[in-house]
Amino acid sequence: MNKTGYIAARLLQIVPTFILIGLVVFVLTRLLPGDPVSAMLGDRATDEAVNRLRAQMGFDRSIWTQFLLFLERAVTGDFGSSIAYRVPVTRLIAERLPVTLTLTGLATIFALLMAVPLALVAALNANRWPDYVIRVVFQVGLSSPIFYVGLVLLTVLAAWLRIFPVGGFGETMLDHLWHLFLPAITLALSFAAVIMRNLRASLMEVLEAEFVEFARAKGLPRQIVLMRHVLRNALITTVTLVGLHIGALLGGAVITESVFAVPGVGRLMVDSIFARDYPVIQALTLVLAVIVSVVFLVTDLIQMTLDPRVTR
Amino acid sequence: MSARLTEPVLRVDNLGVRFDTPRGAVNAVSGVSLTVGAGEVLGLVGESGSGKSVTLRALMRLLRRNATASGRVIWRGEDLLAAPERRLREVRGREIAMIFQEPMTALNPVLTIAQQIDESLVAHRNLDERARRARAVELLDLVGIPSASVRLDNYPHEFSGGMRQRAMIAIALAAEPSLLLADEPTTALDVTIQDQILKLLLGLVADLGMAMILVTHDLGVVAETCDRVCVMYAGRVVESGPVSAVFASPRHAYTHALLRSMPSGEAARQPLTPIQGQPPRLDRPIVGCAFAPRCAFVMDACRAATPPLMLVGEGREAACLAADRLAALETVA
Repeated sequence: MNKTGYIAARLLQIVPTFILIGLVVFVLTRLLPGDPVSAMLGDRATDEAVNRLRAQMGFDRSIWTQFLLFLERAVTGDFGSSIAYRVPVTRLIAERLPVTLTLTGLATIFALLMAVPLALVAALNANRWPDYVIRVVFQVGLSSPIFYVGLVLLTVLAAWLRIFPVGGFGETMLDHLWHLFLPAITLALSFAAVIMRNLRASLMEVLEAEFVEFARAKGLPRQIVLMRHVLRNALITTVTLVGLHIGALLGGAVITESVFAVPGVGRLMVDSIFARDYPVIQALTLVLAVIVSVVFLVTDLIQMTLDPRVTR
Repeated sequence: MSARLTEPVLRVDNLGVRFDTPRGAVNAVSGVSLTVGAGEVLGLVGESGSGKSVTLRALMRLLRRNATASGRVIWRGEDLLAAPERRLREVRGREIAMIFQEPMTALNPVLTIAQQIDESLVAHRNLDERARRARAVELLDLVGIPSASVRLDNYPHEFSGGMRQRAMIAIALAAEPSLLLADEPTTALDVTIQDQILKLLLGLVADLGMAMILVTHDLGVVAETCDRVCVMYAGRVVESGPVSAVFASPRHAYTHALLRSMPSGEAARQPLTPIQGQPPRLDRPIVGCAFAPRCAFVMDACRAATPPLMLVGEGREAACLAADRLAALETVA
C-alpha cells in the first residue's frame, strides 16, 4: 500500500469511530441521573413550563430521531445551544479548545525536550550513576499525582517566588504562553517520565543490535551512529506511546486546568457535567474523540516515515 | 589459494580479552597471536564460545563496554589497541571492514541499501553526491546484485537472504578496505547460497587484492577457501598452519578430534566420532591444557601446565604434548 492510500484508509476509519462515539455519548448522557429541564427550571417549575421546554429542546421525540438529529447537526458543526451558558456550543468550544490544545502541545514539547536527551544519556550510561540519577528523578515525577506536582510548583514558583502567574490565561499571545508554562511543565513531568522509561529501554535494546555494531565497524562518526542508527530505530516504538499519551493528556486536562484555573475545555467539561449541560458534554466528547483520532493518525504517519516497513 | 610469501599486514601479539561480568571475570581470549599477509585468507575455526568472534572484534576494538583487550594488534606497523578513537574510525571501514553472520540483523532495517553505502562513502571518501551514487551502483554490480540501480533504493527486508548478504558485502567494501573480517558470513544461508557467497568473497579477495580473516565453525568452509587456518579452543589458538597440511595431518589432539567429527567427502565412509564432553567454563582459571578433560591422547603433563605453541613443521605450530604421537598416527594411517 502506498502512502496516500494508507492515509485515505486511516481517514475513513475516523467515520465509524465518530458515529460510535456519538452513540455512546448520546446514550450515556441520557442515562445520567437528573433531567436537564428540571435542572434549568428548578424544582418549583410548573408541569406546563417543563413540557414546553422539553418540546422546544426536542426531548419529546423518539430517542432514534433525537440521535439522528444529533448526528446530522454534529456533522455540520451545530451542537445546539448550551443550557447553562445560553450561547451556541460551537462558539463555547471554539473559545476554549485552543487553550487546551496549546497546553497539550506545550506539555508534549517540554516532555520530549526533557525525555529524549536524558533517555540517551541514561541508555549510554546504563547501570552507572548518571542512569541511576535520571531514573530516580523520573520515578518521582511518574509517581507523583498531577494535582500534587501542580500545587507544589504553584506554591513555590508562583506564590513564593512570583516568577509565574498563579492562574488564568492572560491577554496577548506571549502572555498566554507565560500563563500556560507552569501547567505545561506539570503535565510534562509525568509524560516525560513515561517517554524516558520507554525510550531508555528501547535504546538499550537497539544499542545491542548488530546493525549498530556494523555502523561502528564502518567507521561512522559517533553522532551519526547514535542519531541515524540508534535513536531513529528506538523512536519507532516510542512514537506510538507519545501519541497514546497525548490522547490521555487531552482527557487529563480536566485536573490540570482545574488546579491552574486555565479556561480550557477540561474546565468546561467539569462545569458542564455538574450543570447537566447535555449539548456541551456531547459536543466536547465528540470533538475530543476526533482530535484524538487525528493525533493517532499523525502518530502513525510519523511512525511510517521512521519505519518504511510499515507500508511497503 | 596459495599462501603468499609477503610481509604480514596484520600481526596480533599475545591478544587477551577479558569481560567483567557481575559474576566475575571471563577470559574469553588469552594469548592469541596470529599474522595475516597481504591478500591472504586466514581461517579462524572453533566451536561457539572458543573466542573466535571476540578475537575478530578485538582487532577493530569493537568490544562491549565491559571488555578489556590486552596485547598488541599491529596493523601496518601501528598498534590499534593503543590508537586513539579518532584514528580507529579512520581504520574502520576504510582499511579494515567487517561483515556479519546474519545480514537481516546487521543491516539497518529503516535505511535503504543506498543510504547505508552512502554513509560509508561520506565518512571515508571525498566524493560528491553523484559520484557516490555511481560508486554505490558499481558496488552492487561488483557483488552480483542484478539491476543494481533499482535495487539500491530497496530496504533490507525487500531482499532475499543471499542478496542481503551480498548487499552487506557491498556496504562493507564501499571504501575499499585492504582487510575484510568475515564473521561466519555463510552460516545463516542455505547450502547452495553459501557456496555462491564463498565464491563471491574469494573472487573479491583476488580481484581487489584484499586479505580476509574468515571466522567459521565449519571446517568444510575452511578447506574450500582459506590459505592458512588457526584452530581456537577455550580462547586460545591451539594449532595453526597451512590448511592442506593441518587438515591432512593435525598436530593437536583437538584438531584431530574436530576433523574426525566431520564427514569428509573423499574418504571412504567412516563412522563419525563426536567429541565427548563440553568446552571448559572461562570464568574460572584453567590449569593445564583446556582440552585435557575431553582428550583421547591426554597424559599427566597435560594437566600440569598449559602447553605452549611449538613449531611442528614448515610454518606450523601446535600447543599439544601429543603432537609427535599424532604425527606418527597419521603417517601410519
